Amino acid sequence: MPVLSEQIRERIRAEFPKYPDRRAVTLPALHIVHDELRQVSPEAIREISELLEIHPAEIHDTMSFYNFFREPDRPLGKRRVWVCRSISCMLRGGEELLENLSHKWHVGPGQTSADGSVSLEYAECLGACEGAPCILVDDECHMNVSEEDVERIVGKQ
Amino acid sequence: MPSFEPVLLARIAKPNSAKLETYRADGGYEALKKALAMTPVDVTTLVKDSVLRGRGGAGFPAGLKWTFLPKDHPGPIYLCVNADESEPGTFNNRILMELDPHQLIEGIAIACYAIKSEKAYLYLRYEYGRSYRVLDAAIKECYAAGLLGKNILGTGFNLDIVLHRGAAAYICGEETGLIESLEGKRAWPRIKPPFPAIEGLFRKPTIVNNVETLCCVTHILNRGSEWFKSIGVPPDPANPRDLGSYGPKLYCISGHVNKPGCVELPLGVTARELIDEHAGGVWKGRKAKAVVPGGISMGFLSADELDTPLDFNGPGKAGCLGLGTAAVVVVDDQTSMVDVLYNCCRFMSHESCGQCTPCREGTSWMTKILERIRAGHGKMEDLDTLTEVAGSMGIIPGTTICGLSDGAAWPVKNAIKKFRGDFEEYISSGRRSVTSAQELMAGAH
Ligand SMILES: Cc1cc2nc3c(=O)[nH]c(=O)nc-3n(C[C@H](O)[C@H](O)[C@H](O)COP(=O)(O)O)c2cc1C
Ligand code: SF4
Ligand code: FES
Repeated sequence: MPVLSEQIRERIRAEFPKYPDRRAVTLPALHIVHDELRQVSPEAIREISELLEIHPAEIHDTMSFYNFFREPDRPLGKRRVWVCRSISCMLRGGEELLENLSHKWHVGPGQTSADGSVSLEYAECLGACEGAPCILVDDECHMNVSEEDVERIVGKQ
Repeated sequence: MPSFEPVLLARIAKPNSAKLETYRADGGYEALKKALAMTPVDVTTLVKDSVLRGRGGAGFPAGLKWTFLPKDHPGPIYLCVNADESEPGTFNNRILMELDPHQLIEGIAIACYAIKSEKAYLYLRYEYGRSYRVLDAAIKECYAAGLLGKNILGTGFNLDIVLHRGAAAYICGEETGLIESLEGKRAWPRIKPPFPAIEGLFRKPTIVNNVETLCCVTHILNRGSEWFKSIGVPPDPANPRDLGSYGPKLYCISGHVNKPGCVELPLGVTARELIDEHAGGVWKGRKAKAVVPGGISMGFLSADELDTPLDFNGPGKAGCLGLGTAAVVVVDDQTSMVDVLYNCCRFMSHESCGQCTPCREGTSWMTKILERIRAGHGKMEDLDTLTEVAGSMGIIPGTTICGLSDGAAWPVKNAIKKFRGDFEEYISSGRRSVTSAQELMAGAH
């Protein structure tokens, strides 16, 4: 059984006409797979490489550069919560927010809660500094958040 | 100061500001029509005459950059729209994209017509999910209305815009890092020359421009280059190489102020005016200790440098690296510069792409020294070591490929020079400010 469903493959192929060469579809393909499967396994990389007609090592090289895509040893939970730790957020309590969530959920940054509901991450400036401290839940930003706000947003106590 | 009517932000408070209908009701896409009735060379000349300088950080004149493309190039030419906006403190591109996407799309179309490109890639940082959805919808509206695609407005001009999402890496904002990332590789900046205008994306001539720069292009077409030059600051007569700082600018203000936000003003407003008149002053009735003038890469202004005009020259005269992204971050007088500088160094160390040794090692060592100081084990010699390391890395000393390294060095040089007392006091008092959050983060990624 292939790891990538026909539907995922179709979405990846739909990217091809946008670029003059297939290697440029590496990031779009990784995003499609990662969104769907919450990780990118070596098998998924191999299947992507067949679609893009490049070596799997080239895909793995690119993927590992970004520190964004999770491999099977650390799959993502249902929601990925990024807490900004850069300057404007730090000045307005971002680090304390990260610390408190971490204690409450019993996870360090980079880890997933035991029930699989959330992965906690630190982020560098999310480009929402007017709303510091802010968080990103998957790719949706929430500004001026307290600990309670975050828990309400992600539905976790 | 005479009151200034916003141009770039004129529409953002309107209901449905992101919709094509709203944009068109305000005369949207008339600038494109005007451009399409001109020759590409005339459009380029108009932008050149306006002396619009790039808003992405380097301040290079946009029209001039467009003239560096090879003449009569037979193959494709690309435009890369730099929407990677990741410099700490900066969020103006996000506001432009989320609230007025058509202003940007019109600027992209005009620029592509001028440089004879039929394909623009908009490189958007991953974290801007909302921008992605708004732009995607706006681009679809344009295709449906014949404003993108083949034979635009019946003029024979073709253009496709592709949205390309990044994956959370600051270095993708450096123009050649962006190009490598778009090509599907690690975002390692390229050695220049060749510059992208000669050999860029997919080895073809390429122009990289920032979102705000391209938004300005729309208005220059509408109102002319003289209008643009009536706003801002003329060239400094004492500096024959200065081109002036013309046009409106989006200033971001964040940190310890009462009213953080993004305001549009003529280039050249001072840091003090921004803080007091546009951001409600420093919070909690405190005073500013330090102010970042244009993103952390630019370094710091001290409390007695707040009358520095934030144009392309002012911050440099005050010992900062430049205007950068015009993102102002205010630090109050109760905060230690040790903690602030640590935050800047940690960011740069995390974001260094690692291919140049002075940058990879330098950012990491500076972070470690500051970690040690914050853990209560600092020595006075550490301050000289920090300055020495900072002085050895970057394009300016000639040891690295890209400007991230200069941006990592500058806050260190400025902080130790302008706020040395903070560091000495911290070290001699044996203070500690490592929180358990930092200890936690030390273990992640
Ligand atoms: C480390 C680094 C990060 C950068 N990040 C950005 C960015 O996020 N957005 C941007 O427009 N320019 C960024 N730049 C500047 C670009 O390299 C380039 O000068 C700019 O996109 C050109 O557009 P402009 O002339 O319209 O400003 C960065 C430069 C460096 C050295
Ligand atoms: S200066 Fe730093 S970020 Fe830039 S290319 Fe070199 S290592 Fe990479
Ligand atoms: S510093 Fe947190 S969003 Fe910019």
